Amino acid sequence: MDMLGKYKSCVAARSTSSEILKCSQDGGIVTGMFVYALEEGIIDGAIVAGPGDEPWKPQPMVATTPEEILAARGTRYNISPNMSVIKDAVRQYGLDKVGIVGTPCQIQALRKAQLYPVGLRNVTNKIALAMGIFCMENFSYQSMKQIVEDHCNVDLHSLKKTDIGKGKYWAYTNRGAVSQIPLKVTHKYEQPGCHVCLDYVANMADISTGSVGTPDGWSTVFVRSTNGDSIWKKAVEAGVFETKAIDGIKPGLELVTKLATEKITKNQKEVEHRATIGVGKGLRNPYI
Amino acid sequence: MSNKITLGHVHMSGCTGCCVSIADTFQGLFTLLDNYADLVYSLTLADVRHIPKMDVALVEGSVCLQDELSIEEIKETREKATVVVALGGCAAYGNITRFSRGGQWNQPQHESFVPISKLIDVDVYIPGCAPCPEVIRNVAVMAYLLLKGNDAQKKLATAYLSPLMALAKDGSRIESDSEACGCDIMLKVVNQGLCMGCGTCAASCPVFAISMEYGKPNIDREMCIKCGACYSSCPRSFFSFDVCGDYENILGAITAAMNPGGN
Ligand SMILES: Cc1cc2nc3c(=O)[nH]c(=O)nc-3n(C[C@H](O)[C@H](O)[C@H](O)COP(=O)(O)OP(=O)(O)OC[C@H]3O[C@@H](n4cnc5c(N)ncnc54)[C@H](O)[C@@H]3O)c2cc1C
Ligand code: SF4
Ligand code: SF4
Ligand code: SF4
Repeated sequence: MDMLGKYKSCVAARSTSSEILKCSQDGGIVTGMFVYALEEGIIDGAIVAGPGDEPWKPQPMVATTPEEILAARGTRYNISPNMSVIKDAVRQYGLDKVGIVGTPCQIQALRKAQLYPVGLRNVTNKIALAMGIFCMENFSYQSMKQIVEDHCNVDLHSLKKTDIGKGKYWAYTNRGAVSQIPLKVTHKYEQPGCHVCLDYVANMADISTGSVGTPDGWSTVFVRSTNGDSIWKKAVEAGVFETKAIDGIKPGLELVTKLATEKITKNQKEVEHRATIGVGKGLRNPYI
Repeated sequence: MSNKITLGHVHMSGCTGCCVSIADTFQGLFTLLDNYADLVYSLTLADVRHIPKMDVALVEGSVCLQDELSIEEIKETREKATVVVALGGCAAYGNITRFSRGGQWNQPQHESFVPISKLIDVDVYIPGCAPCPEVIRNVAVMAYLLLKGNDAQKKLATAYLSPLMALAKDGSRIESDSEACGCDIMLKVVNQGLCMGCGTCAASCPVFAISMEYGKPNIDREMCIKCGACYSSCPRSFFSFDVCGDYENILGAITAAMNPGGN
């Protein structure tokens, strides 16, 4: 298994816009990229995790203005089915050049949809930029609520940010309090489907990014496809991002590789375990 | 071009929507016919009365058990075609014809409709209602590479087609447990602990029977027409890292194949 996937370049980067960085999760790579691509006409809209009808519940949305893209900044650690609006983006919003952000599994879904576009007539050829975000696991809304309200003792209405890092689950409140619990406690609440996931750094995205590997406020960025490469170069040239070579950065790619290997090895074992979970019977393996 | 494959469109009980989808590849159909395939049989598009020998038969529609000619023709299709493709939800899964109880004008006795795989072995499934022109195009190019390509192309085509062949193989089993409806998403993905909430199933449903509730598919079974699109598009129904990971090259190769002049 290829732990980090194919990529043309890897850098540490962050947005040069303080406005974007204000509410972004890490280096504002996703938001910075979409706003730039929208302004340059590379995309005419982007599928992002917009605000939902309950606190911290993301709602997939087709953003067509920089303001809407900015409003969707930051990670919500629960499921946002971004692929669910891909047909709407083309049919209802009339987009010809669609941007989409997604977890590795969502980017896998996108590539499968492009190769086997069953039921997505005239949609999949309109994908102009797929931004992937690293992902170790995700939670249902109810699981996230359980973690934040029950374990961290923070009301979702006063939650400012959640983060996973340094072996802990962090909940920051609007009034400046910080609550943290060992990540271990959250494991049982993970989405079951994540336990067979064999991708950590969105290997099939045009560009993928995450916090791991780089200092706080910065992001690790893999530039992967030919399309991603050409857009990334233009954006850096236009001064949208400041970048540093990943080689000199601590903890750098070593940590990314370590976490990717841990995730994929563990989940590969789970796929095998599932196959013999019963007595002479097992569960389905989706990977053929 | 002598190196072309021969292709036929066999019309069973379907609405001709699949046939329209074949034609709806814009100029794609002409490119296919110019370079890769001769259309040797098609009630709508070619003036040929009897099912000839052919490399690939694209079968549209389910089989009506009260229509003897249909039964004869589907059996003949199996005899004459090297590769039988169930094109679209009706041929593959029965689709909306599954709801028929007869009584309709002007053949009220036509009551029982089954997917073609209940009567013959089928090699490839293309689910969906109507099947997407792009997936028909991709399968057509891959079928050509499988039959006429070099070794590397054959390998790629096999890898690409094998999940669609596996769907056909499953459907062709007498005791197949495929519901071919939104239920498959529940039975084979969610119930198996595989769903991760991407929402592709919801986007793929032609009748909007699937909504995402708290990150998981919720299926309105009364709406579902049993086309099979949701399950086959779900990345957790089947997923090949070799094929999907090579998406850039494969999509590039398909585009190049459909654009032989290079413009
Ligand atoms: C469930 C989850 C798990 C993650 N795990 C890791 C990890 O283990 N290691 C790591 O380095 N990084 C992880 N990340 C990625 C990280 O949290 C940041 O999202 C990423 O670094 C992008 O930051 P940014 O500042 O560039 O993006 P921003 O500018 O803040 O934009 C983030 C974009 O992601 C979208 N988004 C937010 N939540 C979701 C969601 N639930 N599903 C889909 N899209 C969403 C937003 O709409 C926005 O467009 C995870 C993200 C998610 C959603
Ligand atoms: S761990 Fe995998 S399956 Fe789960 S949300 Fe992340 S990318 Fe998707
Ligand atoms: S739920 Fe929708 S996509 Fe799935 S089989 Fe039914 S009609 Fe087709
Ligand atoms: S397509 Fe995505 S949301 Fe739908 S069942 Fe499959 S994994 Fe779950």
